[in-house]
Amino acid sequence: MQAAMRWIRDRLSRYLPMIKSLQTGLLLTTGLAGFMSARCPVIHWQVLLGLTGSLFLAISGSTATNMVLDRDIDARMARTCFRPLPAGRISVREAWTLALVLSLTGIGWAFWLDRLYGAVVLAGWLFDVMVYTLWLKRRTPWSIIWGGIAGGMPVLAGRALGLGSIDWVGVTLALAVLLWIPTHILTFSVRYREDYARASIPTFPAWYSEDFTHKIVAVSSVLAAGVMGLAAYGIGMTWGYLRVLVVLSGGLLALAITAACRPSMKANFALFKYASIYMLSSMVLLVLEGI
Amino acid sequence: MAMRDRLFLLVAGVLSAYQVAVGIEGLSDLAIICYTLAFGVLLVASLVLIILGYEALDSPAVVIVATVLPLSLSAGLVAQHLPSWTLGYLVFAGFGFAAVAISRLISLGRVATVVLAVVHGTAGLVITGVPLWTVAIHRSGPAYLLVALGGVLIGLGGLLLTFFRMGKPLIAGSRLMGALPLLLLLTGASFTAGMSWGG
Repeated sequence: MQAAMRWIRDRLSRYLPMIKSLQTGLLLTTGLAGFMSARCPVIHWQVLLGLTGSLFLAISGSTATNMVLDRDIDARMARTCFRPLPAGRISVREAWTLALVLSLTGIGWAFWLDRLYGAVVLAGWLFDVMVYTLWLKRRTPWSIIWGGIAGGMPVLAGRALGLGSIDWVGVTLALAVLLWIPTHILTFSVRYREDYARASIPTFPAWYSEDFTHKIVAVSSVLAAGVMGLAAYGIGMTWGYLRVLVVLSGGLLALAITAACRPSMKANFALFKYASIYMLSSMVLLVLEGI
Repeated sequence: MAMRDRLFLLVAGVLSAYQVAVGIEGLSDLAIICYTLAFGVLLVASLVLIILGYEALDSPAVVIVATVLPLSLSAGLVAQHLPSWTLGYLVFAGFGFAAVAISRLISLGRVATVVLAVVHGTAGLVITGVPLWTVAIHRSGPAYLLVALGGVLIGLGGLLLTFFRMGKPLIAGSRLMGALPLLLLLTGASFTAGMSWGG
């Protein structure tokens, strides 16, 4: 029994970093928020459990697949060289097995729940792995748009499952996540600019300039807030929650203006952190509204 | 910043968000706008402090933000309990805010200090006095006295912060930093409890 527990603990400690639990958790939250924004009765715990499980597995699967495909890049970057694959804590074969099992189980479960939902989850996986990682990431900094589209798929999938169709609100929610993604990726591309250069990954600061990148981050944050507000209006969010959203958007706007007028890494990082909290808070508000 | 202080700020933020979303339902539009501004500033300030730590207090915007909070909160109380005084108080709040902002921008020295003391002092008196008065005439329950307590705390915090930013600290900077998260939490808790149970 103890040996089995030790085996499980050992596997978990090596596999958990393969799925970037924080990022997966945030994307899973967007999926749940999308589902609840459709005002489904959440007492259907079987559907909620299916959504949570399938989305968690599919997102974890795409993240693990990306880790396998990007292991050469990770090995050349100081920020990522301690990840399980470049550090040698897990073999490529084992990582592939984990990635494929997670992906196939997640996508399969999603299709079993609902065909439309499954198709959106599959589209997210394809955009993330095939278009973003395999095709564009090493060719152009504009690949982040495709990474953003992939990031917007969980919220769209959740809403599609709740509604049974794809509507403009779901697309708007996905667009809000898409606009938030550059805040995340571009901030990292400035902060770890030398790392990315060492790995020969094209980034905005390298192709254009750091100032231009800071401005893009500011603009995309403001647009994300605006689009999220539009989606909240479309959902019919009550005034109380809308007021909280307006207040949070005000904070985001103030930080974005500061970052655009006086570009600096500090201002940019504050905006990035706030934008992440903003996105999480917006999704929590959507969930509360649904409840 | 210590984890305990971040936790204090997070709870202060959540309480402020609750006030904005739920705690001010059913009031007049003007009162809702004023309270939303006040608790909104508290919410965003808590988040920014969690993200940036005490470095956030280096910003010149701190004095302005520390003024918006008591002014909007006091304006909300006036709009809620003394509607006939609302216009007059809004004019005072508008001029008071402009005076603080201008005196900060053009560095008026002693005049800036006097302007700050008058604006903060008046807003603090309103935040403390109006709840005391409404409880005294039985328009509000005794728990509404917590709003007055919140007024004292936020007034204290605002004054300490403002004078610190102006380079004339009333207490040592390190002690102020250490007390600020707890002060914000107690302020948020007092307002939320007072408005929920006594309003």
